[in-house]
Amino acid sequence: MIPRVRENGPQVEAEHASDTLATLEPEKLAITSAPFIHEGSSTTRIMREVLALSLVVVLASWWYFGIAAVLLVAAATAGAVLPELIAGWKDERRSIKDGSAVLTGVLLGLTLPPGLPLWMAFLGGAAGITLGKLLWGGLGNNVFNPALVGRAFLQAAFPTAMTTWSSPSGPVAGGAALAVPSGTLAPPLMQANVDGVSAATPLGLFKRDGTITELLPLLTGNTEGSLGETSALLLLLCGVWLVARRLCDWRLPASTLLTVFLASLALHVIAPGSYPPPLFMLLSGGILFAAVFMVTDPVTTPTTAKGAWIFGIGVGLLVVLIRNHGGLPEGAMYAVLLMNAFVPHIERRTQPRPFGFKAPPSNS
Amino acid sequence: MAFARASLKNLPSFRRGVHPPDAKAATCGRPIEPMPFVSEYVLPLGQSIGAPSAPLVDPGDTVSRGQRIAAPGGFVSVALHAPVKGVVTAIEPRPRAGGQIVPSIVLRADPFSNQMPQLSEPLDLGSMDRDSVVSAVQNAGIVGLGGAAFPSHVKLAIPEEKRVRTVIVNGCECEPYLTCDHRIMVEHPKEVIRGTEILLKISGAEQAFIGVESNKPDAIEALTSVAPDNVRVVPTAVKYPQGGERMLIAAILGPEVGAGGLPLDVEVLVNNVGTAFALTNLFDKGQPLIDRVFTVTGPAIAEPKNLLVPIGTKISDIVEHCGGLLPSAKQVVLGGPMMGLSLSRLDVPLVKGASGLLCLDSVAPSSSEAFACIRCARCVSACPMGLNPSRLTRIAEAGKAEDLPDAHIGSCFECASCSFVCPSGIPLVQWIRIGKTLVAERREEE
Repeated sequence: MIPRVRENGPQVEAEHASDTLATLEPEKLAITSAPFIHEGSSTTRIMREVLALSLVVVLASWWYFGIAAVLLVAAATAGAVLPELIAGWKDERRSIKDGSAVLTGVLLGLTLPPGLPLWMAFLGGAAGITLGKLLWGGLGNNVFNPALVGRAFLQAAFPTAMTTWSSPSGPVAGGAALAVPSGTLAPPLMQANVDGVSAATPLGLFKRDGTITELLPLLTGNTEGSLGETSALLLLLCGVWLVARRLCDWRLPASTLLTVFLASLALHVIAPGSYPPPLFMLLSGGILFAAVFMVTDPVTTPTTAKGAWIFGIGVGLLVVLIRNHGGLPEGAMYAVLLMNAFVPHIERRTQPRPFGFKAPPSNS
Repeated sequence: MAFARASLKNLPSFRRGVHPPDAKAATCGRPIEPMPFVSEYVLPLGQSIGAPSAPLVDPGDTVSRGQRIAAPGGFVSVALHAPVKGVVTAIEPRPRAGGQIVPSIVLRADPFSNQMPQLSEPLDLGSMDRDSVVSAVQNAGIVGLGGAAFPSHVKLAIPEEKRVRTVIVNGCECEPYLTCDHRIMVEHPKEVIRGTEILLKISGAEQAFIGVESNKPDAIEALTSVAPDNVRVVPTAVKYPQGGERMLIAAILGPEVGAGGLPLDVEVLVNNVGTAFALTNLFDKGQPLIDRVFTVTGPAIAEPKNLLVPIGTKISDIVEHCGGLLPSAKQVVLGGPMMGLSLSRLDVPLVKGASGLLCLDSVAPSSSEAFACIRCARCVSACPMGLNPSRLTRIAEAGKAEDLPDAHIGSCFECASCSFVCPSGIPLVQWIRIGKTLVAERREEE
């Protein structure tokens, strides 16, 4: 039936208002902005996966260096987490939950010498997070890799302890799985006695008398060095995992390692006596660890494809330069930190070409 | 089928973009059913980009299905037609999708009518000049049916000094869940081809391409089997937003139409398959735009369907016809999941540009749960326009409207690929929208 509109118009409106609201309960519907679906990735999950990968390296360092390795990583992690917790105490963004502070602590721990006292590791973690991240405004705002800032702090504060190496004495060498060396437990601010047989790292040996360590121990990790850097094979596998799972931009580790290889190859070909062979350069020291776990940190590396290449090439060249001509046998840490400083400028000059533009924009 | 499978490799596409699950299985095989007539219809006067239409009827007037009830309110504006035979009950503000209360013509359907449309004579395209074609399309109320609802006649009013060499008909339907274009191509391939030929004739172009994502082999086959020599059906890669006008031109022809530019700059005219279908209905049957194909789908609707729905039907009536929302319903979206609009109430009408209703049983993580940006650059690798969404967001968050144009904010067409991939759950596209508002406000101040 067609209602006579002019007579009952208002009634029509009243009806209209009540029936839909009552039956469909629209107040239950969520109002958000498009898109209404999500790929499903999450920052927490990315951090957790990288963390799981780094824990595999922790396990390997226990095998080579004993329980002290695990304790050092734990101490560095505790040091990293504490300031993050204090800073985020009243912050609703729950910055601790993103997992980045834990990851920073574990990665820092893996760059430390096996005989370092625990309190130094703890201090390094706290310094790395505070100076390297929190003071910049938290996750995503820092320019320098926080784990490496922590390591650089330790290197400056305790140069002897940070360059005293012990040979693998863990289960791999028949050592006890759970024995804690007394130096590890040295009380804060006391002169520490580093346990075990003090020895030079492969890069240190080369610096001293030109000795080239065999490839097999370099690959397996049965050499002197920082906790996580010794097993080249394991680090390569971790790198493959990160790339395959798209947890990092493949260009970053690839360009870094390729540059180290090519630059040291060129130098070795020109002057084989003064420059070590490229494979030795690639597999010894901390460069593989840096390429897999430091250069791949998205926060402190360029977001653009071209920028990634520039960053990696820069790190590679600096490592080769510092190792061959610097005062220290290893340069991976400083190479990454120096290139971190260039990231904003690299990025500004390598912005993608917007669709429909012939050339990349000049000003951004 | 064989044709589509053989050419799956190296299908034409564009750079970057994302791969959301297509989620079309629930409705892609369901034939289009007519939505039964209901008692009340609401037609907002402003349904498309441009000026609102001007009502030609008064409350109390009797109208027939297909009768023009509002005239174009300017050049960038179209006519409105009564979707049913019935009576105008009111011209009053009514809620529309998005929450605004807008002037609308309200009709009460004649329950005794068989609702056969009252059609005008078919049009003889051969005897019409371009101006009369443009005016006929405008007065038939035809707008882009792919979602943007841009008045179609504006595209057809090609300036004297410009020419069109190529017509592209967009059958990509890259939004997940939606299948209305898919069904039109499968069930009405001849009408789509006929619409393409009409576009060729109007524009004077020599060749036409129909771009269809390769996940619709039945549509590709149906169209290919009836396409004449100068109309080529092109299977494209399945990638979002392949159906973006600029992305489709780049995929099929190569040139990139930049921000502020028009397809006309590269001598191309792009129309949606639904629009081509509507043009066929106008020129061959004399039928204005009174119905559209509409997909009702998602995990929280009882019976997913493809429907032919009269414009102005209330979403609540459509939901009821599809068996109602399931108790698990959390969110109802008008349009696709990437670019649609979430509805706060269901008593809003179907407008011309709406291609589907998505009933979801979960809500994507909200911005309040967002983590900090870890500069992973996934948004940069996703943006089809080659922008840096995280950078635009940073500038917009800081309120620096003056820096936004230099970061090419104007290029963004809000496809939401950036928000879709962001692992930190940052509502990037929403920030960019806010940024556009900031830029507009700043321009007004100057």
